[in-house]
Amino acid sequence: MADPERFADEALDLMPSLYSAALRMTRNRAEAEDLVQETYLKAYRAYGGFQEGTNLKAWMYRILTNTFINAYRARKRRPEESDLDDVEDLYLYRRLGGGQAQVVGRSAEEEVLERITDDQVKAALESLPTNFRIPVLLADVEGFSYKEIAEIMEVPVGTVMSRLHRGRKALEKALYDYGVERGLATSQDR
Amino acid sequence: MGASEHQECWEAVHRIYHFLDGELTAERREAIREHLDSCEPCLHAFGFEAELRKVVASKCRDEPPSELRDRLAFMLRKEGFEPRPDGPLDPSST
Repeated sequence: MADPERFADEALDLMPSLYSAALRMTRNRAEAEDLVQETYLKAYRAYGGFQEGTNLKAWMYRILTNTFINAYRARKRRPEESDLDDVEDLYLYRRLGGGQAQVVGRSAEEEVLERITDDQVKAALESLPTNFRIPVLLADVEGFSYKEIAEIMEVPVGTVMSRLHRGRKALEKALYDYGVERGLATSQDR
Repeated sequence: MGASEHQECWEAVHRIYHFLDGELTAERREAIREHLDSCEPCLHAFGFEAELRKVVASKCRDEPPSELRDRLAFMLRKEGFEPRPDGPLDPSST
């Protein structure tokens, strides 16, 4: 069994990133706070089953994800598990003119990346359907491996890989759409 | 550009996410590395995707409200845990 004091401290260190993840999941501040609070309550009560030396972060994210999905199911009966349109490879890069002849120095597409704001990234990620949003969030924001995401979401690794692949391409399209809307990129080649 | 080079580009781009995720076998990883050494357009595209990954990771952080920290601390004590008074609940004190 893990030492309670150390466990509590280490779990609390994860709070800011758990809160950010909860906000991406719920897309609502009040709901995100409730979700984080419920996650910690469950974690404290289940901590006797936590093995010291195993991955505490993955364990906390598993509780967070399960709590979110269960709450979602209870409220809406069916989770929002839509499908995604196919998006071509390197969508954002190509739409921003990547691969074309360029002068020496920063290329146009790299400059657009520098101007992307927090709000645009958050809005683009939050626009993805839940079943794609969660794996992209876990991989690209939190840095979990395919295997860890499979354990957190309780789905096979192959499912994680295909959802990540399609989710990331959809994220690129969403970023482009938000960028065009706000004048960061031109829509000439849409 | 020959047909085999196009095939190499297609294969590299097809595996770009797996490559950046570090989830390829050593053999496939090496094959892509070799291709990138000799193909500037693919190298650019990979560089862009890697940069995009960093942008996404760094721009998705939110500051939790201080009331949430207080609530979690209260809850901890109720559940019988004693967090350090100068612990992570108040990062400004460190």
